[in-house]
Amino acid sequence: MNGWTALDRFLRTDPRDVGCAEAMELLHVYAELAAAGAPAAERYPGIAAHLAACGPCGEDFDGLLAAVRSPAE
Amino acid sequence: MAPADPTADGISPAPRFDPDSDQWVRVLSGSGPQREAALARLHGLLLRIASGELQRRGGQFRITGPELDDLAYQAAADALLAIVVKLSQFRGESKFTTWAYKFVIFEVSAKIGRHFWNNPAVRMDAEDWERLPDRLGLDPARETERRELAGEVRRAVDEHLTPRQRQVFVAIVLNGVPMDALVTELGSSRNAIYKTMFDARSKLRDVLAAKGYLNVQTSRHS
Ligand SMILES: [Zn+2]
Repeated sequence: MNGWTALDRFLRTDPRDVGCAEAMELLHVYAELAAAGAPAAERYPGIAAHLAACGPCGEDFDGLLAAVRSPAE
Repeated sequence: MAPADPTADGISPAPRFDPDSDQWVRVLSGSGPQREAALARLHGLLLRIASGELQRRGGQFRITGPELDDLAYQAAADALLAIVVKLSQFRGESKFTTWAYKFVIFEVSAKIGRHFWNNPAVRMDAEDWERLPDRLGLDPARETERRELAGEVRRAVDEHLTPRQRQVFVAIVLNGVPMDALVTELGSSRNAIYKTMFDARSKLRDVLAAKGYLNVQTSRHS
């Protein structure tokens, strides 16, 4: 991959991206769907787009998913 | 989900969650020793999730031993407070515990973001543009391309970004400041910083594409 392609990838934004506020608002719903193996990304494409593009929200999603999957008390 | 029938006198029953969630909400909305016990139990759960999350993200910061335990404890305590305050906002769209865990994950992120500034070597406004090619992950062997690209990006930043967009771009891209750390430093929100960076990326892409640098017609799999 040449440098301009890498730059293009970095600058490219997804119009479906809902932003942090909406993704964080629904993160518990999204994570529970994902944990259950339901098609969370199909149901909430704007959140899926955001989690793919936003490092911190993606990290929070991974963390919540791990928490939901962790054995109970 | 079908709503429960209203009672004969027209009063709707309280919203029903799954039995576990219902139990949590009922006891936490109540009072007395039952509520105290539930708060203690919830705090224990949150502390376990906070510790697990800090461990999972261990590679992102240098915090160990008692300081790590302290951070987990603070995150759990702050999350518990947020949950109590926002309890009436729980609508049963997930299990109560999933909703509650979300708060402690957010607290862990915020605490890691704040902790970033404990390293005095980091600055958010240094402008070392020589770093740009590496920060964008460009191949060191392609010297000409690196120089041309970095120069064009810098010019586009100078000529087309607003002062705020420029500040956020410099902090995140040039200086590698994590977004949550920038949120603390600027007294902003993650949503606002992300939006600023989103608009900056979009503007830079338009500018560079208009100059013919980015082949925007190219399909995604090029
Ligand atoms: Zn985000």
